[in-house]
Amino acid sequence: MSQVLPRPAPVVPVARRAPRLGGRHLGLLHRLLVWALLLAGSALFLLPFLWMVATSLKLSEDVFTVPPRWLPDSFEWRNYIDGWTVLPFNTFLRNSLIVTFANVLGNLVSCSLVAYGFARLRARGKNALFILLLATLMIPREVTIVPRFLLFSEVGLVNTLWPLILPAWFGYPFFIFLLRQFFMTIPRDLDDAARIDGASHLRILFDVILPLSRPALATVAIFSFIGNWTNLLDPLIYLRSTDLYTLALGLNLFRGQNFTQFNQLMAVSIITLVPVLVVFFVAQRTFIRGVTLTGMGGR
Amino acid sequence: MAFPSVAARVRPRPRSEAGARVKLGRQARREELAFYAFISLWIVGFLLFDAGPIVASFLVSLTNWSLLGDPTWVGGGNYQRMLDDAVFFKALRNTFYYGVGSVGLGVVTSFLLALLLNQSVRGIALFRTIFYLPAVVSGIAVAILWTNILHPDYGLLNAGLARLGIDGPGWLKSPDWSMPGLILMSLWGVGGAMVIYLAGLQSVPQHLYEAAALDGAGAWRKFRDVTIPMMSPVIFYNVVVGFITSLQGFVLILIMTDGGPANSTLVLGLYLYRNAFTFFDLGYASAIAWVLLVVIMAITALQFVAARYWVYYEADQGR
Repeated sequence: MSQVLPRPAPVVPVARRAPRLGGRHLGLLHRLLVWALLLAGSALFLLPFLWMVATSLKLSEDVFTVPPRWLPDSFEWRNYIDGWTVLPFNTFLRNSLIVTFANVLGNLVSCSLVAYGFARLRARGKNALFILLLATLMIPREVTIVPRFLLFSEVGLVNTLWPLILPAWFGYPFFIFLLRQFFMTIPRDLDDAARIDGASHLRILFDVILPLSRPALATVAIFSFIGNWTNLLDPLIYLRSTDLYTLALGLNLFRGQNFTQFNQLMAVSIITLVPVLVVFFVAQRTFIRGVTLTGMGGR
Repeated sequence: MAFPSVAARVRPRPRSEAGARVKLGRQARREELAFYAFISLWIVGFLLFDAGPIVASFLVSLTNWSLLGDPTWVGGGNYQRMLDDAVFFKALRNTFYYGVGSVGLGVVTSFLLALLLNQSVRGIALFRTIFYLPAVVSGIAVAILWTNILHPDYGLLNAGLARLGIDGPGWLKSPDWSMPGLILMSLWGVGGAMVIYLAGLQSVPQHLYEAAALDGAGAWRKFRDVTIPMMSPVIFYNVVVGFITSLQGFVLILIMTDGGPANSTLVLGLYLYRNAFTFFDLGYASAIAWVLLVVIMAITALQFVAARYWVYYEADQGR
């Protein structure tokens, strides 16, 4: 992998652990101050999570107390089971899995193909098209939701999962851009060699480029996974029957019906977040590389 | 940039010059064909899901259409109506309030966090994870969580403020405090921008700081005259992207306040959604969509113009 991503040689040889801001070592006082700020900041950022977990374990009557109490008297783990079974969350989970994986697969396939074209093939009009591709990143989703809805209702696909799946199979500019940037870092000599052996472009893409692009593909897969798993707008627009609801939409339904059962609501919220958190912790480095490679926050 | 195709470079060409050129032409044409074949999926998607809808939404914006009946042509009627629509202007103002508030505070917060995380102290990787985590868990679970945190009586935030002796406001229940509440929530997710700043900070060449130190610059001077100029393209990027994103985040608002109380959190995206999918007034909704598009383009263009005065690019030092 390291030969694929050559790092620029540092201008100044790094002799010791380079102190960042100053030219000096950090003094003890300075270090303590940084530590104190980091600890205080982390506490602030973690509190909402802790609050979420604490609430999910309370009895209903302990949720709304003034002043709020942090720790529940007893840990009500059954909130998780009770909440999950109030609505057909198993069905919602199945729908979410279908939609999410169809999107991840669609994004990987379609965006790899398009990115290969932009990274490797020469053609008239290519630059103009690439600028067009980047420009579409700026189009707010709001502008197209009404006509898209009309399009899908015209072909009779409203209240099916298709409007949530189909667009992913036609390329997504952000991922195309990300993959194209990565493909450009792979030395052309490798595909030249394959070409001399008579390999087609598809062969080169699948046998040479993609195996070397696993980190970038992983980034696309993760962003796509999280984006679709938490997507609420499209399900809200297109899905009517409860048996088609995704987890996010089901959670919204639960929220509308059982607002007083805040403990259960929190418990189910936590369950829906678990896959996201697992993916994040397993692939944290991939994640952060994706953010810095494209300069986008991964929403 | 000329990159003769591989076959042309390595295969011996015994033929005449003219013959070779014809061959090359065919080769190039084949490559062109392959290019368009590879990107065809995106072209179709672009026409079907982006370009087509944008044109269609303009045409729809010139009609009255309730989805049930046929559209009737009203020309600029929907845009005329907008000029007299106080709710529309309220939504426009709220959109700017949210955009300026969340991007402005977000840029400062994420930059300060990145500076903090750029210090070499122990356990920095763990801290980075903690600050980044909330940016990952967007969506309805977060909306539910923050509705609870911002609750005036039972919420975590006002309980904390009470400890400090402050009588917390009504947040999402108060027309004056609902928007600040939403902006506060958006600050929880600044991790994405923070990571981008952090990468930027780590690529500022050390020798600049060393040169500044030799010239007797203290920490503040180094920050002001090295860090800020070197980081300005990154800051610019985050401001532009942040603003565009902030205009799109209406789903959480829909869940948390549905634009209330007293339309104090009604943003343009939400007003559009409401007109389209609650009132089924597709013509008016499309007109709002077009105004939103123009607003975003205008603001982005403005930011690019303003960037000339404060963004520093190493390449054009000679001005």
